[in-house]
Amino acid sequence: MSAIGAPLKRREDPKLLSGEAKYVDDIQVPGQLWMGMVRSPMAHAKIESIDTSEAEAHEGVHAVYTGPQLQEMGLWIAPLPCAWPVTDDMVNPPHYPLATDEVHHVGEIVAIVLADSRYGAVDAAELVIVDYEPLEAVASIAAARDGDTMAHSDLDSNKSFHWPLVPDPDALDAAFANATHTIEAEFVQQRLIPAAMEPRGVLAVPSPMGGDVTLYSATQVPHILKVMAAATTGIPESKIRVIAPSVGGGFGAKLNINPDEILAISLANKLGRAVRWTESRTEAAFSTHQGRGQLQKIELAADTDGKLLGCRVHVDADMGAYMMLITPGVPLLGSFLYTGVYDVPAFGFTCDGYFTNLTPTDAYRGAGRPEASYAIERAMDILAAEVGIGPDEIRRRNYLGGGDYFENLEVPSTLVFDSGHYGPNLDKALELAGYEELKAEQARRREAGDSKQLGIGLVTYVEICGLAPSRALGGLNYGAGGWEHATVRLLPTGKAEVVSGSTPHGQGHETTWSQIVGDKLGIPPEDVTVLHSDTAISPLGLDTYGSRSLAVGGVAIAAACDKVVEKAKQIAAHQMEASADDLQFEAGAFTVSGSPDKQMAIQEIAFGAFTAHDLPDGMEPNLQEQVTFDPPNFVFPFGTHVCTVEIDEDTGNVELLSYVAVDDCGTQINPMIVEGQLHGGIVQGVAQALWEEACYDEDGNLTNPSLMDYLVPSPTEVPSMVTDYTVTPSTSNPLGVKGAGEAGTISSAAAVMNAVVDALSPYGIRDMDMPATPQRVWRTINDAKNGGAA
Amino acid sequence: MIPAAFEYMVADSADAAIAALAEHGDEAKLLAGGHSLIPLMRFRLAAPAMLVDIGRLDDLSYINDAGDHIAIGAMTKHHVLEASELLATEAPLLSHVAGEVGDPSVRHRGTLGGSLAHGDPASDLPAALLACGGSLVIKGPNGERVLDAPDFFTGFLETALADDEIVTEIRVPKAAGVGWSYQKFNRRAQDWAIVGAAVMLGSDPKVALVNMGSAPMRHGGVESALAGGGGADAASVAGDDVDPPEDLNADAEYRRHLARVLVGRGIAEATA
Repeated sequence: MSAIGAPLKRREDPKLLSGEAKYVDDIQVPGQLWMGMVRSPMAHAKIESIDTSEAEAHEGVHAVYTGPQLQEMGLWIAPLPCAWPVTDDMVNPPHYPLATDEVHHVGEIVAIVLADSRYGAVDAAELVIVDYEPLEAVASIAAARDGDTMAHSDLDSNKSFHWPLVPDPDALDAAFANATHTIEAEFVQQRLIPAAMEPRGVLAVPSPMGGDVTLYSATQVPHILKVMAAATTGIPESKIRVIAPSVGGGFGAKLNINPDEILAISLANKLGRAVRWTESRTEAAFSTHQGRGQLQKIELAADTDGKLLGCRVHVDADMGAYMMLITPGVPLLGSFLYTGVYDVPAFGFTCDGYFTNLTPTDAYRGAGRPEASYAIERAMDILAAEVGIGPDEIRRRNYLGGGDYFENLEVPSTLVFDSGHYGPNLDKALELAGYEELKAEQARRREAGDSKQLGIGLVTYVEICGLAPSRALGGLNYGAGGWEHATVRLLPTGKAEVVSGSTPHGQGHETTWSQIVGDKLGIPPEDVTVLHSDTAISPLGLDTYGSRSLAVGGVAIAAACDKVVEKAKQIAAHQMEASADDLQFEAGAFTVSGSPDKQMAIQEIAFGAFTAHDLPDGMEPNLQEQVTFDPPNFVFPFGTHVCTVEIDEDTGNVELLSYVAVDDCGTQINPMIVEGQLHGGIVQGVAQALWEEACYDEDGNLTNPSLMDYLVPSPTEVPSMVTDYTVTPSTSNPLGVKGAGEAGTISSAAAVMNAVVDALSPYGIRDMDMPATPQRVWRTINDAKNGGAA
Repeated sequence: MIPAAFEYMVADSADAAIAALAEHGDEAKLLAGGHSLIPLMRFRLAAPAMLVDIGRLDDLSYINDAGDHIAIGAMTKHHVLEASELLATEAPLLSHVAGEVGDPSVRHRGTLGGSLAHGDPASDLPAALLACGGSLVIKGPNGERVLDAPDFFTGFLETALADDEIVTEIRVPKAAGVGWSYQKFNRRAQDWAIVGAAVMLGSDPKVALVNMGSAPMRHGGVESALAGGGGADAASVAGDDVDPPEDLNADAEYRRHLARVLVGRGIAEATA
């Protein structure tokens, strides 16, 4: 059996499950100093004065610093980076690790304490007295848009940028002018708190001699962090080593360059002492970036049959108080997906990015694509109702390629979809879900006036992943490339070692990579060691986000394996005295055509390459090859999800009865890991639909910063999911792989809300904001019963 | 999430705990299962200077048949209540409700006495005790006194306990065969109830509500209607004479509505 496609158990799990895995917080260094952050309790205020004397006198305190003091110490040469200035005229106020004269969100750091214990640091931070002069806060996108108050006092507008993607404005206007049916809908993408299981943490350790600093960070992006830390602090890049030890989830929240990371590395470098910090759960809610935060308006134009003619979208996006690493790019990542899996002749998208006095937003699982998918998939249901056909039929009539197989198809948003085959995927999902039976049961309950009504939600999604072709990123003003690096070496003992630039934080890279190498080199996957997440071991890499690891990093590994086999073949030909053209490589051994008794195992050749006693003239010793793969195109996974909910009309409670997902992520390396990714992704989207929302009051205070109030669902709330697949290999890479890390989240919020609205449609309800809390559902039903449909 | 500094001592008997409380006054807090106190300390909403750990007083963990009532040691953990056959037979409402608190880890740490002494109107067990018609044995420097549950809960997170008193035992009248129900409504299984309703029928029906006022409460209006033969219609007044809190999950109007729905369901289930 080939190692590719085998549901091998994750080799990572015994360590993770037994507590043997070491996270940043587990690493202890003698003489370390703990940072304690003094954070602004106000969303917007002038700092009048800071009195640090009492904190300085506290036992165990090494030093207390304010923003101006750190500026004077010359700890950094540039503000925290934003690597994605989406337009040339984007407004980007400087964002330093500490505020100096004005704070712009609750949780912004105004002073730090260095103490010899975590408790001491937190206690002393409480003793710092800060005198604020409160300023009016901009606590919502709507308030930012109104522009009566400025989120930054020295700016004259809250708008940071306007970004248009309107390939043919005349065609778009004509589409709406000629339409039989037009619909318009507005959706709110509420802010979400990422809440990875492991909070963020950093530890910077200076070398006593040589001036090097090692930064341990709970990050998804050690390579990007290394470059950015150098650019921000002025410490030479060659002096910085970044290690991401075991990292307990990220979901985008660890794809950033944070104040604490820059503080730790620059203070450790300055003081010659190890400096560390681990965020608490409530601290994370204020200080680590949040996800989503958009107001969307979508308009669809269709002909008599519901065939789409045009799609027009405008998004107002909440940047929060500052531009973080890719804050402004997140809504743009979604821009290309507002036409979903549909053949839409005319398309236009515009986005305005606004500053508010709230925690900055940035990437969160799906980053812009779940928002886009939500808008088009909710809008398609609204259009279906307008046309008078079913949600399945409206989709079928509009699929790209008519639902048949296609490859390398240019879509109106200017991208080229690698491959798709949407019709059979929909059929499979409807059959698995028992769609017709569900509809019959729904009709029966409606007829009977049952107080528990059924809702059926259908979504067909596509997403962009495998970020990314470097040229495409350049075209979007993104400040880095999208390649990935791999080194594969066959050791003298016949075991393989892989160095990967992809950085896992729970995905199972080690298992998957060992399967690829095992398959390619014909050796047991357990003989493959995977090295990663340390810039001293893996100096080249662009890390893990945007469902890119397999489609870029995995493909690089496969290509490096091919080069290893090619070199081994030259050695085998030399030693077997045969022509390389006559050699076959199968199951880890070379054989000569016509001489079945002659063969050499690749392990044997590896030893020969190491001793170098008998290599072809001019060949370098050792069996090691490297590849940097820059993909020619993105990959476009797709799928159909069917969600069934039961709504208790007496209480407004929404219960998930079933969830069926038929996904297509191309070739699968490890189906068990794919299934796990989908389970997690689906729950994260379901959570947005039913439970999660970062709630702010009008002064910009987060009112639910703890996990007692911010409701992350537990397994009890989620039904056993049914997952199945179709397989349509990608044309963007030789493995045919697409990506599954975000797929579940792309579709599931819309699937749930389509089901909720479907259940309530007899009341004339056509939309409801997320999350569909019991109170909101009950009140919406009540309002509808009392005459005013939503 | 980092508590302020505190002193810690282990009490090896109820009397030692009472002596420690008498010595430290309102600077001291008892630590039982810790599932109410520790979160408050981590948020620095509570900063007791002295924690008196009574978690090792195993002699206060028991469930005994005491003739006309069941006697339960204050340090009995929720999961023990949940699994007790004696309780399931003689006071099934309390046993059931203990299994509805939080999640398994909470139920393996939290204690009945600790939950009651916290006096949280959003907790399940105070309502269960009220509906059961239970009472609490309280011990202080001057000996023991017994209070009926309604006299124990005096306000928001306030009880009739003096600074130097501890709850040692909870008494629940035997109620085998009496119809009962507990209706808990929340958004996640592990959460506090948004609203809850505990119903105990019988000759003197009792209905207690969770999270419908500043303190754990019985609802006299519903009880009178039930006693007068009102049946499930008694639920229609469950939203009256209450002062529900407002939070992100529910405003007062919705809580009143939920109280009517849940009490109605409770009466129906208890009657079935």
